[in-house]
Amino acid sequence: MNPSKASRHLFTAGVVLICAWVLVPIYLVLVNTLSTPAEVTGWPKSFFPSFHLDSLKFFINYAGVLKALGNSLFVAVLTMVMAIVMGAPAGYALARFDFPGKGAFRLLVLMTRAFPLPLLALPLAVFFIRSGLDDTIFALALVHSTLALPFAILVTFSLFSGIPVELEEAAWTLGCNRIQAFWKVVMPLALPGIAASGVFAFVTSWNEVFAAAVLTIENKTLTAFLIQSLDYSPAPLKFAGAAVLVLPALIFLFAVRKYLFSLWGIANR
Amino acid sequence: MANISIAGVTRSYGSFTALHGIDLNIADQEFMVLLGASGCGKTTLLRLVAGLDQASGGRIKIGERDVTDLPPRQRGIAMVFQNYAVFPHLTVFENIAFGLRMKKLSEADIKSKVNKAAELMHIEQLLQRYSGQLSGGQRQRVAVARALAMEPEVLLMDEPLSNLDALLRLEMRAELKSVLRESKTTTIYVTHDQVEAMSLADRIAVMQGGRIVQCADPVEVYRNPATRFVGGFIGNPPMNFLPGRRTTGGMEVAGQVIPGPASGTPVFGIRPEDILEAGSDGLQLTGTVRVVEPLGAHLLATLTVAGELFRAVLDSDRKIAPGDSLTVTVRPDRIRWFDAETGLALPA
Repeated sequence: MNPSKASRHLFTAGVVLICAWVLVPIYLVLVNTLSTPAEVTGWPKSFFPSFHLDSLKFFINYAGVLKALGNSLFVAVLTMVMAIVMGAPAGYALARFDFPGKGAFRLLVLMTRAFPLPLLALPLAVFFIRSGLDDTIFALALVHSTLALPFAILVTFSLFSGIPVELEEAAWTLGCNRIQAFWKVVMPLALPGIAASGVFAFVTSWNEVFAAAVLTIENKTLTAFLIQSLDYSPAPLKFAGAAVLVLPALIFLFAVRKYLFSLWGIANR
Repeated sequence: MANISIAGVTRSYGSFTALHGIDLNIADQEFMVLLGASGCGKTTLLRLVAGLDQASGGRIKIGERDVTDLPPRQRGIAMVFQNYAVFPHLTVFENIAFGLRMKKLSEADIKSKVNKAAELMHIEQLLQRYSGQLSGGQRQRVAVARALAMEPEVLLMDEPLSNLDALLRLEMRAELKSVLRESKTTTIYVTHDQVEAMSLADRIAVMQGGRIVQCADPVEVYRNPATRFVGGFIGNPPMNFLPGRRTTGGMEVAGQVIPGPASGTPVFGIRPEDILEAGSDGLQLTGTVRVVEPLGAHLLATLTVAGELFRAVLDSDRKIAPGDSLTVTVRPDRIRWFDAETGLALPA
């Protein structure tokens, strides 16, 4: 066959492979979650789930799961709030004001994501123990906020850049001071993007494993709980836990996918 | 009384000075146009009067109040922006009502003022629409209505017509002129289009390089430009310039000797339309026709006179072709002289 046809076949094969890479594990998780515990541990397995909720019931009733779920929720919500409260003003400042070191700051913000968390985990644990914050939801939320902040800042930066400053100036000439103009004109237009940053912060925290495992003992989040019990927990629990972890992330990220482009610097206006 | 006094206003950005000591007095209810090319400082000056920018020096007064240190909302101004700045998340009604709500007027008051402004700008039927559903021209009307509804002491307009297509611009210009005349508001209007300036202004302030080069009524600026720049900038097609040489008996221009200014190195200026049929008394200029443009209303001929490009506006029935030799007579009362070095007009 001629070269372009061959390259097209190669391209299609590549796409199919990548899709399978992502979709097959999700499929496996879903199939097993929706089967009875007996089917999960039994053999042969069917490709089609039996749509029983027994595995999920088993998951919820397992000792410590509900508490861990609650902790995950608290940490994620706190992370979301902190990321927005710190990130949105930073994004606004980057978009509206010119200050020395602006370019370096943006680079630095992005670079924090490149820093390997395992390197920080032990010193952080020591610091938290010393300051009495160890094993608290607040401490974990702080770490998660740091992970979510670059995204929050860059998305809100792109968001506010896309809102013409003339709109605020018009509001100033119509009787608003700076804060009123921000609330009445900029916020309504920026709200979808800010919500998206919040959702991403939530998902980042919800799925985070390493810091959660290291920094929490009594107040484990779901991720920490599952990984700590990996050796002895039954298979249905693992599959149901995976589903509970993965599905919210999938749904939320799909909802805000438009804003993910901002992280990679692609303008979405 | 909403007269505006701009005294010694400067604006610098580090080592770059955008405005050099601007002095301008605008009378109550006067329509002042700031005219100039891009980068001359006209929008900077407008924004300083609006309070959107802080002057580096000088004072600005509106009426009796010194507003130099006041924010925009306390200056009694309303502004129309070049890109309209209509709030996309509000209906047209809410846009026009925005400033009135900030003033905490009663609901009935707001409704009547909004309707009045909407009628003025012929947008009553659009009140419940959002800006995304409007055309550019409609958005522009909303922006003007929003400013007029505030019944400001001073109205500031930053090139409001430049984003419209040519025909719409013509219609809006006439509409704006009549609406603003009725509203009797002191207005400062910024534009780079000299036709707009000539049509709308009570007085034109021509700006160049951060300075006001001439400030006078449109006909005066047209007939008696203060500098060579003004002569060349105003008028379409622009003024012709020929070098002059001082000889015994006066000035030599294109081989002819005519009376001229007593001192200075003069440049001869004449507008393309200020020529008469050959044979009349006066300075005769001869040149070779290079380009003939039949523009419908008249013929625009570009000649080479004494090595320089020279444009002449001729009757549209005239039959000439490129390569022909053409002699035109120049109206003696419309001849203008400018200094070759400073560009300033020289008294004849």
